[in-house]
Amino acid sequence: MPRLAAALLMSVSLGAFAAEVPEFALSLEAHEFSPGRLEVPAGKKVKLVVENKDATPEEFESEALRVEKVIPGKSKGIVYVGPLKPGEYRFIGEYNEKTAHGVVVAK
Amino acid sequence: MFGTALIVFREVLEAALIVGIVSAATRGIPGRARWIAAGIAAGIAGSLAVAYGAEGLSQLAQGMGQELFNASILGIAVAMLAWHNIWMSVHGKELAKSANQIGGDIRSGSKALSVLLVVVAVAVLREGSETVLFLYGVAISGGAERGPMIIGGLVGLAGGVAVGWFLFAGLLRIPIRWFFTVTSILVLLLAAGMASQAARFLIQADVVPSLAAPLWDTSRLIPNSSMVGRALTGLVGYDARPAGMQIAFFVAVLVFIWVGMTWARRRSSNPP
Repeated sequence: MPRLAAALLMSVSLGAFAAEVPEFALSLEAHEFSPGRLEVPAGKKVKLVVENKDATPEEFESEALRVEKVIPGKSKGIVYVGPLKPGEYRFIGEYNEKTAHGVVVAK
Repeated sequence: MFGTALIVFREVLEAALIVGIVSAATRGIPGRARWIAAGIAAGIAGSLAVAYGAEGLSQLAQGMGQELFNASILGIAVAMLAWHNIWMSVHGKELAKSANQIGGDIRSGSKALSVLLVVVAVAVLREGSETVLFLYGVAISGGAERGPMIIGGLVGLAGGVAVGWFLFAGLLRIPIRWFFTVTSILVLLLAAGMASQAARFLIQADVVPSLAAPLWDTSRLIPNSSMVGRALTGLVGYDARPAGMQIAFFVAVLVFIWVGMTWARRRSSNPP
């Protein structure tokens, strides 16, 4: 298993560098995301750069996008999502769910 | 306060279920309580270290340190569970015979325990570091809510531990004849589920492709955020909208361990 994983890791990460992945930015301030609706192209992999401008850590999480990532205070986190089918994908900041939420719209 | 209790409960639940299964699966092996306690302690210490170093960790590997770290520790846990199950497929019968006495192969027994110590530590570490970060955020944000939120955290912790204990106690009521069969199936699913979760982190880090995603969608039936969803995630790596690669990892580990168990059992019943 580890050898297989290593081989996969090598081959796929080499492949990943070759392809251009479009990048989209989200920021979090006072436990609110902006933009609250983020449009991305459907059918291709995209890179989300989430900047946490608050001093407290946040966990960027989306069931629909299958991601969860802790983003420490005053720092940026990168997650790759997709390729997505057209539709809306809700995401939240798990530690402050009441205010920290938004949707990714794949078109 | 209730919100805090719920968040902490959800984080603790998965770890508690895993500790419950491991505690039951090591029934009859002398000294297991000490090993499991050591695993929990190591996991808590690790959680604090990971939470403390979260910033540094997330900057590693071009910002993918967290994903690679999570995938690696899950990988280690999968390897340990695989080893345990293959070992138990040979020694389970012995242990069933001498269930509550000191007996069996004590030396290999403690080897099995050291492996499961790692699994317990990993389970606690995974969920623990998130809980620590959450509570840290609460603590530094200050305000009057701090006191009730800390109490909420403790209530959530106690709730999670209680569920793990109920699972453990429930498993122990299974007749000894079936006992090790049931626990080895649970451990098998646990390992495959962890492999699927590792795959999810590797997809998020763009290390492996997602393949068909989602392969299916049961989020209306059992959302991941529900308690049942969360418990199933802990037990079998349930994902309401899994990527094809997650299922590939799940099946690969399931087959690998199953073949290993069959092979070990055959080899022990007809020695060369």
